[in-house]
Amino acid sequence: MYPQQFEYVRPSSVDEAIGILASNPDAKVLAGGHSLIPAMKLRLAAPGTVVDIGKIDGLAGIDSRGGAKIGAMTTYAAIVDSDKLGDFPMLTEATKQVGDPSVRNRGTIGGSMAHNDPAADLTAVMLALNASVTAKGKGGEREVAVDDLFVGLLTTSLAEDEIITSVNIPNDFANAKQAYVKHAHPASGYAVVGVAVAVTEKDGKVESARIGVTGAPEHAKRATSAEAALTGKTLDAETIAAAAALAADDLGELNGDVYASPEYRAHLVRVLTKRALTQAAGL
Amino acid sequence: MVASVDAPEKMVGKAIKRREDPRLITGAGQFIDDLRMPGMLHIGLVRSPLAHAKIKSIDLSPALSMPGVVAAFTGEDFLDLNPLPAAWQAGGVTNHAVTPRVLAVNEVHLAGDPVAVVIAEDQYLARDAAEAVIVEYEELPVVVDAKKAAEAGAPQLHEEAPNNIVLEWSCGKDAEVVDKALADADVTAGLHIINQRLIPTPMEPRGSVARYDPGTGDYTLWITSQAPHVMRLLIAAFVLGIPEQKIRTISPDIGGGFGAKIFCYYDMPLTMAISKKLDGRPIKFFEDRVENYVSTTHGRDHISDVEVGATNDGKITALKVKTWANIGAYFSTIAAGIPTTLYGRMIAGCYKIPNIRVDVTATYTNTAMVDAYRGAGRPEAAYLIERVCDAVAAATGIDPAEVRRQNFIQPEDFPYDTGIGMLPYDSGDYERALDKALDLAGYTDLRAEQKRRIEAGEQKLLGIGLSSYVEVCGVAPSKWIGLGGEGWGAGLWESANIRVQLTGKTVVTTGSLPHGQGHETTFAQLVSDKLGIPYDDIQIKHSDSLGTPFGFGSYGSRSLTVGGTAIYKTTDKVIDKVKKLGAHMLEASEADVEFEHGKVFVKGSPDAAKSIQEIAAAAHVAYDLPEGMEPFLDETTYYDPPNCTFPFGTHVCVVEIDNDSGEVDIVKYLAVDDVGNVINPLIVGGQLHGGIAQGLAQALYEGAYYDDDGQLLTGSLSDYAIPKASQVPWYDLDSTVTPSPVNPMGAKGAGEAGTIASTPAVGNAVVDAVKHLGVNNIQMPMTPERIWTAINEAR
Repeated sequence: MYPQQFEYVRPSSVDEAIGILASNPDAKVLAGGHSLIPAMKLRLAAPGTVVDIGKIDGLAGIDSRGGAKIGAMTTYAAIVDSDKLGDFPMLTEATKQVGDPSVRNRGTIGGSMAHNDPAADLTAVMLALNASVTAKGKGGEREVAVDDLFVGLLTTSLAEDEIITSVNIPNDFANAKQAYVKHAHPASGYAVVGVAVAVTEKDGKVESARIGVTGAPEHAKRATSAEAALTGKTLDAETIAAAAALAADDLGELNGDVYASPEYRAHLVRVLTKRALTQAAGL
Repeated sequence: MVASVDAPEKMVGKAIKRREDPRLITGAGQFIDDLRMPGMLHIGLVRSPLAHAKIKSIDLSPALSMPGVVAAFTGEDFLDLNPLPAAWQAGGVTNHAVTPRVLAVNEVHLAGDPVAVVIAEDQYLARDAAEAVIVEYEELPVVVDAKKAAEAGAPQLHEEAPNNIVLEWSCGKDAEVVDKALADADVTAGLHIINQRLIPTPMEPRGSVARYDPGTGDYTLWITSQAPHVMRLLIAAFVLGIPEQKIRTISPDIGGGFGAKIFCYYDMPLTMAISKKLDGRPIKFFEDRVENYVSTTHGRDHISDVEVGATNDGKITALKVKTWANIGAYFSTIAAGIPTTLYGRMIAGCYKIPNIRVDVTATYTNTAMVDAYRGAGRPEAAYLIERVCDAVAAATGIDPAEVRRQNFIQPEDFPYDTGIGMLPYDSGDYERALDKALDLAGYTDLRAEQKRRIEAGEQKLLGIGLSSYVEVCGVAPSKWIGLGGEGWGAGLWESANIRVQLTGKTVVTTGSLPHGQGHETTFAQLVSDKLGIPYDDIQIKHSDSLGTPFGFGSYGSRSLTVGGTAIYKTTDKVIDKVKKLGAHMLEASEADVEFEHGKVFVKGSPDAAKSIQEIAAAAHVAYDLPEGMEPFLDETTYYDPPNCTFPFGTHVCVVEIDNDSGEVDIVKYLAVDDVGNVINPLIVGGQLHGGIAQGLAQALYEGAYYDDDGQLLTGSLSDYAIPKASQVPWYDLDSTVTPSPVNPMGAKGAGEAGTIASTPAVGNAVVDAVKHLGVNNIQMPMTPERIWTAINEAR
């Protein structure tokens, strides 16, 4: 558990960090370090330069005016402890299930989005809440919907020189019916399957529903058929069962390992979607 | 100065906190990795990425050219060192023992086999340099499964072991006799049991630091060892071929072992040899977790086919077991004893079974070596026989508790010989423990609730698992276990020395040693009561071959029953001398004095007493001793136990299973253990907690897997599921007390009981929850997917 030799730099501004990344293809951003450093210690990652963005001012903090804007360097613990996220109780509940206290004290929401671990919790939550990230690079600043951010295994649509500066949750699902449920891996605590659901209603019918699934697919994805099966319906047990049955249909090829096969993960997706919707509906 | 001290309060039986803990939990402990010495160098090992291959060439030059790299060697540089010793070869059969060298030569047999070593100024550089070494391999075919390894056409690991067979061993009656008993049985049942491979995972990995003294030719070796005296003997006599006294071994604080730190490992002689080559520079090896997982020993890994016969009323009449035991790539130090003496001979459990036959085939595979892991053979035996009891219950329709009751050895049967070569069980009252456990658990109500849920078609199924276990502790009488008997290559006695110094402060040195068990507390409690010396005045010294008498080490729950008895008998010797000298000081005849609460007095006149502190001072200054008495209160005992001890009990586990997802929740865990008389209930409780957690982890969470290429798939703590506090239940602990007649304390041992008992209790509970669906077995770890699959297949 000893990493290879590497250079360490600690820029004091986002622009300085972008400059280092742009001129150094072998560099990696270090946020909370709870994915990168274990990978380096296992020698699965060996960046030539580690760019620590932990001392850049203004990257941490939560602004809850009109949805929520969460600074990229905001730790999981800060999210759990925040009194500004009452409109999105699922986020708080899901964040409590990330890792353990030491991981939550160091790990950051921006790091989680940029790393795009296939078994991360908050990727599914952000999909369900229709969030976006603000990314800044050589070409300037842009906003990327998380729908378009996660593109492959541990891969995002960010350019090599782009840094996430904030995660933005719109007002769409503020105070909506929502829940995150998870089957945690007994060793790592990561999601074998995690399902995040957010549902708004109008006149007693589902107006809008988003379901984010993590752990099972190559990267967190939405269960769009299940979402469609909810829309326009009354959120009752029957509707939930019908939607949950479709929850694994749009996820592509599923992950499998010695703990859980793709078949079992598909089954868990359906079981947990039913649980999440039932919990969100308060049934 | 000398002060008489009031007799201390009674310490034995008190749940006092461990005196070790303030040191250990405030970071003041001294572990191997805390050792820093001037000029110390670090080892980086070049390990084979392939599980089976010929070594074609090794190019050390890229490493040697790196600044800060001091030296590098291959296996060829250490051909003057013998392969590691095979200290326990199974008795009465041929053992094809192939042990590893310090570095592999010509051929590697597991992924992680060390082939070269780089020595550098720091541990980071050592690893970078090791990665720079270029090794060319020629890949060979791989086998990882114990049973497949013995099949025709399997890849062959060692020329010396045809068909990869380490040994074939059996115990019990002739197969024909047992086959006939099976044929004659009212009912029979079969079970295929995989007792999966586990990784011991002590919190602290292993390591060695060696320092050679070029002036004297002596070595000092600091090791994470549960048996430093034995390591000194093995390395000196068998690996280096030098006198034992040229080596001083020291085990500093050790962060857990669970058996994996009993054995003689490559790094011990390797660091010593390198220190000598480098003119005495201290050499440090400390494995990281990944290295610990690939190359420190694993445990269990049995595949068994079981047939059981019983009468219609649940009496077991015959048991036939065939087991394939995976030994790994090489023969580890005591590997042969685990699936033979400690497994086969314990297969009867708590039961009178007239016809037993156990056949064991142990094989080499391209995997990490397998050796003793907490319980060592007994958990495999207990799991098998307790699953058998439930299978008999299922076959006869009799309640699992009643099946156990039907077959128990009765209190009047002790000492009881099971007829399969184990020493006679010392004492027990198995039914009392079962009854108490059933009563405390509310067994009848649990069964009613289980039935209700099934009838109501509820999603959460209830499962009730029982485990009535017995195990063998306090190993062992030397003549029985030794070369003429079970094949252990030495004795298994223990030793103690007690010195009551001039001031009355007392030093106890013991050949036994802790790696987390609290010896310094328990032994001091024992001595305090016996000698009437305050607990705080007694220090327990251990773990250094220079300052302590020889001991065989801490394993097999033997520290108290064997090492503690050596101390107990030494206190008797001290008391004898104290009485003689006390009588002399009181001008009385020895026959007229008594010793009580640390004081000698003439019978009937306790007021005119001499305290042990006064007597110790008199013995030390030696101004006025009785004719012929030597100065100083200093006594030593070497104690060889006449028998082992046999703790027992019944554990009850209640699980809830979600029949939709297969997820399991332990909702109740109750244990009634009988470990004989208890010195420190807090320590025993802690041992049971840890043991139960480790055992239930086997049932539900832990499993080491290799792919067909011999790559360990569960090579880190993020894949291999050691349970966290949130993953274990509340434990309700209770006890019965049946003192052991084997030792004067009446103690039986508690270090492994929890682990042995809990795996079958949890396993039986899970199967019990789904048996109404037609499920009769699920392999461990009983993960949600395996339970879900079993439910689906039964439906």
